[in-house]
Amino acid sequence: MAVNTLRKGKGHGEGRLSAESGPLFQEHPVGSPVRGAAARQSSRGPGHSFPRGRAQALGASLSVQRVPGEHQPKLPLIPLGSGSKAQPCLAFSLQIFINNEWHDAVSKKTFPTINPATGEVICQVAEGDKADVDKAVQAAKAAFQLGSPWRRMDASHRGKLLNRLADLIERDRAYLAALETLDNGKPYAISYLVDLDMVVKCLRYFAGWSDKFHGKTIPLDGDFFCYTRHEPVGVCGQIIPWNFPLLMQAWKLGPALATGNVVVMKVAEQTPLSALYVANLIKEAGFPPGVVNIIPGYGPTAGAAISSHMDIDKVAFTGSTEVGHLIQKAAAESNLKRVTLELGGKSPNIIMSDADMDWAVDQAHFALFFNQGQCCCAGSRTYVQEDVYNEFVERSVEKAKARVVGNPFDFKTEQGPQVDEEQFKKILGYISTGQREGAKLLCGGNPAADRGYFIQPTVFGDVQDSMTIAREEIFGPVMQILKFKTIEEVIERANDSKYGLAAAVFTKDLDKANFVSQSLRAGTVWINCYDVFGAQAPFGGYKASGNGRELGEYGLEAYVEVKNVTIKIPQKNS
Amino acid sequence: PLHVALFRPLQIFINNEWHDSISGKKFPVFNPATEEKICEVEEGDKADVDEAVKAARKAFELGSTWRTMDASERGRLLNKLADLVERDRLILATMETVDGGKLFSTAYLMDLGACIKTLRYCAGWADKIHGRTVPMDGNFFTFTRHEPIGVCGQIIPWNFPLVMLIWKIAPALCCGNTVVVKPAEQTPLSALYMGSLIKEAGFPPGVVNIVPGFGPTAGAAISHHMDIDKVAFTGSTEVGKLIKEAAGKSNLKRVTLELGGKSPNIIFADADLDAAVEFAHIGLFYHQGQCCIAGSRIFVEEPIYDEFVRRSIERAKKYTLGDPLKPGVQQGPQIDKEQFKKILELIESGKKEGAKLECGGGPWGDKGYFIQPTVFSNVTDDMRIAKEEIFGPVQQIMKFKTVDEVIKRANNTTYGLAAAVFTKDIDKALTFAAALQAGTVWVNCYSALSAQCPFGGFKMSGNGREMGEYGLHEYTEVKTVTIKIPQKNS
Repeated sequence: MAVNTLRKGKGHGEGRLSAESGPLFQEHPVGSPVRGAAARQSSRGPGHSFPRGRAQALGASLSVQRVPGEHQPKLPLIPLGSGSKAQPCLAFSLQIFINNEWHDAVSKKTFPTINPATGEVICQVAEGDKADVDKAVQAAKAAFQLGSPWRRMDASHRGKLLNRLADLIERDRAYLAALETLDNGKPYAISYLVDLDMVVKCLRYFAGWSDKFHGKTIPLDGDFFCYTRHEPVGVCGQIIPWNFPLLMQAWKLGPALATGNVVVMKVAEQTPLSALYVANLIKEAGFPPGVVNIIPGYGPTAGAAISSHMDIDKVAFTGSTEVGHLIQKAAAESNLKRVTLELGGKSPNIIMSDADMDWAVDQAHFALFFNQGQCCCAGSRTYVQEDVYNEFVERSVEKAKARVVGNPFDFKTEQGPQVDEEQFKKILGYISTGQREGAKLLCGGNPAADRGYFIQPTVFGDVQDSMTIAREEIFGPVMQILKFKTIEEVIERANDSKYGLAAAVFTKDLDKANFVSQSLRAGTVWINCYDVFGAQAPFGGYKASGNGRELGEYGLEAYVEVKNVTIKIPQKNS
Repeated sequence: PLHVALFRPLQIFINNEWHDSISGKKFPVFNPATEEKICEVEEGDKADVDEAVKAARKAFELGSTWRTMDASERGRLLNKLADLVERDRLILATMETVDGGKLFSTAYLMDLGACIKTLRYCAGWADKIHGRTVPMDGNFFTFTRHEPIGVCGQIIPWNFPLVMLIWKIAPALCCGNTVVVKPAEQTPLSALYMGSLIKEAGFPPGVVNIVPGFGPTAGAAISHHMDIDKVAFTGSTEVGKLIKEAAGKSNLKRVTLELGGKSPNIIFADADLDAAVEFAHIGLFYHQGQCCIAGSRIFVEEPIYDEFVRRSIERAKKYTLGDPLKPGVQQGPQIDKEQFKKILELIESGKKEGAKLECGGGPWGDKGYFIQPTVFSNVTDDMRIAKEEIFGPVQQIMKFKTVDEVIKRANNTTYGLAAAVFTKDIDKALTFAAALQAGTVWVNCYSALSAQCPFGGFKMSGNGREMGEYGLHEYTEVKTVTIKIPQKNS
């Protein structure tokens, strides 16, 4: 396993951003001293100087699926202020955003948000609760009243506002990417190149839909004129997760605002910072007060207040299946609000022996380890056909060992810390369960640093379907490789899960590709690729992986009520 | 005084470069308000169209930058173009005014506003033009791809030079086509300026090519071209026929036409009279009456006929004519001498055939192609002014008694572009919405157009629709792909 040898005070600068190039908020580099395996890493040797040009080149070589544009992406320097005591660089409000204004929590409470690379508190954020949700709902309802500026606005103008928001996010892209990395721990290069790129594209995509989501006129029997209107649902509660804070915010806001809804959003308590910064941009873009309201807070309090609120018309949630159950139940027990859920997964990734092996190994690695394994669609059951199994395992282990873990602000880092201590412990727990239940630990298995929530890239071989690590969502850098013989067998095993979010098959055979893709019970099936996302393609789960779809035209359906209008007419003509 | 240096570039735009015409010919562009020559523009002909088609074909090759570009990136380029048009709004509006005789305030607010919105609208469509997967019988997997048609020839009229250009190129580009555009010889300036913005926006060379020239030469070269896959034309019905014929004779290229009209505007006695008079007035006199949708047959119900005519005359007399660049001017000149003469000739025929000339009826001023706002009452359906497209500031007001009668009379025309009805009665409104043979029916409004709404004609007013989602169909070929699979499952 390759880990950045970032050491405080070592002169070669590797893995540490110099003071000029944008230090972090901390007085010393984060995620640095690695324990155990790290010590062995001096094999990389000194002399890995890290000039800016190189940093850019590394940005380009990251194993990401798509980078914007055709040219080598440029990574800007990290703009979180200069100087080591950068706390004041959070030069935006850390309060609750209601009616385009900032408020303390009604309770006056605050909560700390933590830098997962160090375990240190970054800052305190206002802690929203039921009382704050009530205030936000009031504001949202007022903004949604008949005759309000938002209700009367041209649909194309809603699109213009969304495009403007995209412009502003693009303008502040480097800052937002840095904030995302600071709060979430994901590598800055990924934040900047992947997350922010997708955020901007998502908002622009839905901007375009605002005046294109057509109702229909309908040839109703009889002397009637009949048509449908696609009306906004109303006040939408949106509860977003911590693994892609900005992107999930865009996925939620884009379709809701394009279709004319108003929003009360709760952001994850682990990662509230970027969403609050975006709140400023929402105001700057010119959305009327009350259209978007953002409440940092916890699930059992603020989240529960949203899902059981009598005046919220719809709730959209992305997160764990466990909480998804609670939300659907709360909706049922309160006002039968509409519910969309995007939940967990245990997605099968099937490698047929005829696949391009280099590509399959590469993609299977990416499918699992991307974002520290913290992806709902992570390919966490890698089924490999018997005759290539050994080779595949060997190469996957090689690849995992080469994964660069370390300071997420280092342009070379591929893997940062897990988001918090709870996740960190949970993942380590799964790793011991895997060992106990007889899976073969091939690499990793331990924390990767002596502070921060870093975990070594871990690969298990000889995994059986019945093992806990083959059934439960680990949400960490832990890869399970399973062996199969026939297509029929692997389809049955792949579908034998309560989840159904994503799946993939790697094969050069057209018939196999079609057969497997049609047989898999999952909302997304990738063929010879993995984690390919675009605002154009719908995403969501079969079974306990969720209800409804996000993105694409399908994603709009969850945010409109269809109203049928029928008018008696004197005489019908075709 | 506008310096001629403002009007640049004046050449043929091919492959993102500027070229002189192969023949070496140029043609003059006039200011219709003064009859003075503004400048000379390179005159494209068949040889130049051939060059443009080669460039467009090359840009459309498999594997080209344009063909391999993400659809969302095409959208981004169109949005960028909208930004640039917004930036240069003043320059473009001035050009529209100087060579098109359009009121500056109208050009700036309405035309440029529509251009920007249309570009943004189509930008949004670029990555939303969905093919389908199709549940075909048998063990097959079937899907459709909506592919660009290829090289599209687009011939633009002079009445809304920039808006019509955008209506043509925006859907074509959002669907991934390449285009060869011929702007009208009367009004080439804004189109050529757009060439430079298209380049600046970052469209690859050859995607948009602009050949200024005349219909019988450059226009005919486009419609007869064996390597142009589709032609779109906005203009007269007479020329529309030639274009369809040329397409038939050459390579059966796809044809969309947006042609003339003689649109009925029906006013019931129960309508809000103030609103009806105003909409009927604007519906005819907007842009000197040079609109294909002009409400040029106003049918007014008997009980309110006299009052409607009285108010319409009052409204028409309020005009200030003059230099369209000057503030306060409400009506500019007609586009050119040919139109000017044709309109005056039709006014004469109206008088001769017994219509009552209520006001106007002649030219205005001592230079420029100005015509007084003219209102005819007591017009009957058989008169030339009730049948032919005048394309000038001449309003015809007719009388009707019953619903059935007016439906029949309104539909009794070779045209079918637009129509309107003014009434507060829901039954009447919906009856007319269904009964009128026209591509657009307005209820209690007129001329309400926007990028979201499809627009086009029934009958001889055209083929196909522009704008809205429907407009995209005219710029895509649907390809069905069917793959044999071992076993189908639902």
